[in-house]
Amino acid sequence: MTEQDKTAGVAAKQDIISAENLVYAKPALMNDTPMHYCPGCSHGVVHKLIAEVIEEMGMQERAIGISPVGCAVFAYRYIDIDWQEAAHGRAPALACAAKRLWPDRLVFTYQGDGDLACIGTAESIHALNRGDNITIIFVNNAIYGMTGGQMAPTTLMGMKTATCPYGRQADLHGYPIKITEIAASLEGTAYVTRQSVHSVPAIRKAKAAIRKAFECSMKGIGSSLVEIVGTCSSGWKMTPAKANEWMADKMFAFYPPGDLKDVTAQGGK
Amino acid sequence: MSKIIGAVVVDEARCKGCNLCVVACPTKTLALTIGEVNHKGYAFCRNVADKCIGCASCAIVCPDACITVYKKKVNE
Repeated sequence: MTEQDKTAGVAAKQDIISAENLVYAKPALMNDTPMHYCPGCSHGVVHKLIAEVIEEMGMQERAIGISPVGCAVFAYRYIDIDWQEAAHGRAPALACAAKRLWPDRLVFTYQGDGDLACIGTAESIHALNRGDNITIIFVNNAIYGMTGGQMAPTTLMGMKTATCPYGRQADLHGYPIKITEIAASLEGTAYVTRQSVHSVPAIRKAKAAIRKAFECSMKGIGSSLVEIVGTCSSGWKMTPAKANEWMADKMFAFYPPGDLKDVTAQGGK
Repeated sequence: MSKIIGAVVVDEARCKGCNLCVVACPTKTLALTIGEVNHKGYAFCRNVADKCIGCASCAIVCPDACITVYKKKVNE
């Protein structure tokens, strides 16, 4: 390639970069605050999907997010909607209150596995069982990320963490819990699904699932749970790309992606 | 014959160098910098080849929403 060709190439690129040729940009609801997450963290992608879905549904002014304790504790900093910070694990209780007071609002919680599947099990199970019209976004990376990579209720058998350095053992630590399977067995739930965000097709599916869950909430047909199997490259001590591979290989064997319950597919409720 | 050409714009200050976009790119248009870091101290992703097709895979997988993608149909 000659110098002249190179200059022509740059000119052609400049020509493409204009609003009418835009294919993908940061969602408008996401602000410019730099996210505190580690490089390659799944939370960032899930935040983008939530911002995109709320924008597409035109719910910017009527969405209320409940942020948890855990890595996503600062979720309220990044998406420009109304947020309420909850005590550890209590996000679903707060969401139920908000939804009952403002039935026309889109109310969702954003929780990790340490928050939802451990300290918040009671609130989560009972909110889902009552069928309150809320959506729970449950990001499961099988580890406590924020506090330094300790074992979580969802940690896989044999998986090494800071507090089970020789791997999780059944006799000492018990078995990992499948919250999404439990949710699917409850009468109050309308839509229960497990998704992931490790590849472009998976991200598209996860976005559709979040949209469906939000729509179920707004139709008032029960509660929804969207589990996103995610990575924690810092806690797992892997590169982000390797963590995605490890997740597809190991996590999907125990947490298989797919819809577990969908009342809209069974002819409505 | 017409063909699609794309362009990516990276917010280099926001990038954390996770490399997921580089892995996701089907045409090897992006690469992380070597020997150069942004103000946070991360190597960041950069357009290194003129092969972008505007598929937006890089931007979709980017956890920090650093990438903007454009594409245009051009006649040759």
